[in-house]
Amino acid sequence: MSPSPRLWRMRSAEVMAGGGLLAVAAGTAAGLAAGPAAAAGAVAVVVLGSLAALSFARNRFRSWAYTERDEDLIVERGVLIRRLSVVPYGRMQFVDVSAGPIDRMFRLATVKLHTAAAASDARIPGLEREEAARLRDRLAALGEAKAAGL
Amino acid sequence: MSATPGLGDGWRRLHPLSPLVRSYRGVLAVLALAGLSTSGAVGSGNAPRWYDLALPVIVAVAAIVNWLVTRWKLDGVTLRIETGLLRRDSRQLPIARIQAVDLVRPFLARMLGLAELRIRLAGSGHADGRLAYLTEPAAVALRARLLAAHHGLDPATPEPAEQIVTSVPAGRLVGAAAISTVTTAGVVVAAGLVVAAVSPAGLVAVGGSLAWWLIIGGMTVWRHVSSQYGFTVAASPDGVRIRRGLLGTVAETIPVQRVQAVRMVEPLLWRPFHWCRLEVDVAGHAGVEGEGTGSVRKALLPVGGPEEAGRLLRIALPAAPPFPAPGDGSAAALPPPMPLPAPGDGSAAALPPPIPPTSPSRFTAPPPRRARWKAPLSYHFLAAGHDGTLAVAVTGRVRRETVWVPLAKAQSVRFVQGPLQRWLGLATVHLDAAGRRVRAEFRERRQEEARSLVAELAALSRTARRQESRAAPAAPGGPVVAGGAGQAASVAPPVKTSQSEA
Repeated sequence: MSPSPRLWRMRSAEVMAGGGLLAVAAGTAAGLAAGPAAAAGAVAVVVLGSLAALSFARNRFRSWAYTERDEDLIVERGVLIRRLSVVPYGRMQFVDVSAGPIDRMFRLATVKLHTAAAASDARIPGLEREEAARLRDRLAALGEAKAAGL
Repeated sequence: MSATPGLGDGWRRLHPLSPLVRSYRGVLAVLALAGLSTSGAVGSGNAPRWYDLALPVIVAVAAIVNWLVTRWKLDGVTLRIETGLLRRDSRQLPIARIQAVDLVRPFLARMLGLAELRIRLAGSGHADGRLAYLTEPAAVALRARLLAAHHGLDPATPEPAEQIVTSVPAGRLVGAAAISTVTTAGVVVAAGLVVAAVSPAGLVAVGGSLAWWLIIGGMTVWRHVSSQYGFTVAASPDGVRIRRGLLGTVAETIPVQRVQAVRMVEPLLWRPFHWCRLEVDVAGHAGVEGEGTGSVRKALLPVGGPEEAGRLLRIALPAAPPFPAPGDGSAAALPPPMPLPAPGDGSAAALPPPIPPTSPSRFTAPPPRRARWKAPLSYHFLAAGHDGTLAVAVTGRVRRETVWVPLAKAQSVRFVQGPLQRWLGLATVHLDAAGRRVRAEFRERRQEEARSLVAELAALSRTARRQESRAAPAAPGGPVVAGGAGQAASVAPPVKTSQSEA
């Protein structure tokens, strides 16, 4: 399974808002310092940069995937550095569900599975709230059922 | 709960001299500073004033109050410690979850016949229990009770006999510490010579700073040697016992089944001597001493030869044959020493995994030649392998590290592939154990091999975990949360409860 399509909308909105602000700032600064031609150039550069960022964000969004198996959870992510984590439910210490202000605007949440190893890195962003709650409850139940000592 | 608890009902206080031992350093430092400032060495040199004494008095009073409001109690399966005047902190340490028990004796405490007992649990450092200070016999007796209860025996069981496995001669310790600082010293001396050659006038300044560097280097060596002096490892049914220290001494006990990983480190400069360091990782948190985060890393052998390291490895690893039951602990019952190749022979790929000869073992083939582009230096040391119970991985060129992780302790399996690795068709598989950087890395494997390795390791560790939790009721002190042993079942779920009442 993969995160909600709303995660892509959220990420693109973030990139576009950031790019827009940067374009206005760069355009104003260049315009005041070196005239309208420079302003247009600066805006063009920022817009191109934002488009590149947008395509990177698209790939990143597509790379997220998770699979709930009988005994473990598999999370896949990453574009430049590809990662895949297999985390047994029995090793789970606790589950974290978090949602920042922007996440909440898009009604999304991030589920994070913590184990005793700091490196096990099972984070799933951009889940719809109901899916996040379902996953959290399922993980908690499975974690309890299959718990193993350290 | 009142701020000054009555004693009785099994509650006990720490030794009355504890405030002295705990605060004397602070008091002395403040007094020394005050002395310096009044004598004019530091500051304007005024006459002593009443508030110069206020700080040491406050420190001393705080220590005494802290002693007054601290009490502890051993309550069947739980050790309870309560402390704090304004913010009351009451912690309950389930004995079944103990990861390690340390007996720490700083210099002054040792002079007074006192000892601190430090009980480590998994989780954050705040979950640790510290009893500072008890009289030495009381601390030893309490440790015996805790460990006996931890192993599901009657708490009154006397501390089982131990057999000394190895001890490190002081000469070797000094040599190893000196060699480790040689590089830094060499660089400093070379830099000094260059400066002196360029401008002879700067010779005095260089000489001065050189003296400082020598002092710092000497202190580093001294710290190493004094903390590791008389390093002795003993095996007992309780676990591995480590004793060390010159002025202040530390005695650590690590239950064997709590070991998360064993690591053998061979620094470049030690290789001519065929020396290595052996470390074990125990889940938990290095508390106040700050010797790392996430997990406690303890030296099992600060410096030693391959034969010693092999013997200790067999003792520390759960995959090794089980320990003799209490009573028949004789040297003959110990597993035979495991042959390890001489470090630095360069043929790490031929290194046999430290696995009992009866169990199936295999070392995967070395990484493909194209991995040289990714790891030009360490390529020919890279090796990794696993069997049904244990994974082993060798990494690093300058600081060669061999890590053994029992599959039953694996927390997660990860596949990581950077851009360069993707281009070369390689990938790295990590097997994580509890802690911050505790893992075996199967570096630079072929991509397809890595994919199947992830699946295989995940499946094997699942089986190993099941076997361990099935074995728990039989083997005393097995995994606790699995809830097989009667001892474990009666333990309250929270590892630590801390309540704060303003």
